Amino acid sequence: MIQERAAAPAALHWPDVLYQSLRDAGITHASYVPDAGHARLIERLRADPDVSATVLTTEEEGIAVAAGAWLGGKRSVVLMQSSGVGNCINMLSLPMIARFPLLMLVTMRGEWAEFNPWQVPMGAATAPALQAIGVRSFHVETPEDLLETVSAAAIEAFDGDQQIAILIGQRMLGEKKW
Amino acid sequence: MVSGLDRRRVVEALLAGRGDALVVTGLGSPSYDVHAAGDVPANYYLWGAMGSASLVGLGLAQAQPGKPVLVITGDGEQLMGLGGLATIGIAAPDNLTIVVIDNGHFGETGMQDSHTGLGIALDRVAAACNFAVARTASSQADVDAICAEAGRKAAGPRLFVIKVKAENLPRSLPPRDAVFIKNRFRAHLGLATA
Repeated sequence: MIQERAAAPAALHWPDVLYQSLRDAGITHASYVPDAGHARLIERLRADPDVSATVLTTEEEGIAVAAGAWLGGKRSVVLMQSSGVGNCINMLSLPMIARFPLLMLVTMRGEWAEFNPWQVPMGAATAPALQAIGVRSFHVETPEDLLETVSAAAIEAFDGDQQIAILIGQRMLGEKKW
Repeated sequence: MVSGLDRRRVVEALLAGRGDALVVTGLGSPSYDVHAAGDVPANYYLWGAMGSASLVGLGLAQAQPGKPVLVITGDGEQLMGLGGLATIGIAAPDNLTIVVIDNGHFGETGMQDSHTGLGIALDRVAAACNFAVARTASSQADVDAICAEAGRKAAGPRLFVIKVKAENLPRSLPPRDAVFIKNRFRAHLGLATA
């Protein structure tokens, strides 16, 4: 599910640093359902000739694509909005049962200055739903915290076969301009 | 479309000339069919995550562009991943071939009619999703043609629907330990398994 959102203030430039951290972690494969909070990162990944970046019709496809990439020897990241986490639940049985490395970057909706109440139920259910299927999640509120968490999570995922979602707080992403 | 083809013979024929192909199987009968044809490390069997087979195949094809990737799945499994055909059509890997073993039924759950049995044509969906090749086979001659073609390079992703008899054959069960199958597969490619 896609809901429009204004991009975060460009002055922060944290998506560029995030892109570099993912590349430094050896990630050369990505899939995504677009979200404005991920717009710059998607742009950078798509512009990189050494990264295969695939647009999805629905978020659970990314869980399967990431597993396939690992089978073939590539490290993948899956980008989505919190509304898409609910779509992923049964597909997450694949990385859970096979211990495929999984790194999800989830931009949050429905938790801070949210103008659209339809975003609230899945926003509130995102972390509990991930916990229910066994994916560990980390909620980050600042760019510094995000970057530190991505580096730590990449080590756990790709060196330790862990399944991790990083929830990027709506407070950090900024209020949607309407 | 009624077909008298035996799914085990079809899958056996598809795999006889597999060469260095990497194979991903959809849950249920396609996993049993591929296992019955010979259990090798280059097979990745799914036992769940319905709708994922073609997309696992996509990620694998992107990560291993020099090797042919063959997904063997069922009509119900592919129907659950219908949107994935659009994703694959855009990603456009030229080393991915999807074969849907189509009995027109949900064979694992009591042989209820599936959408393909009720008239939905997966090859036309794939064609609309920009697959380079998409067609349906219902005779032995059609299957022989697919086996010959599958070994050759394609311009983009291919999807073949092969209509088969609706029947539940004796199960040939692949290991259910998904970590073991994953690591065996990666070791086959010379990748770390820790």
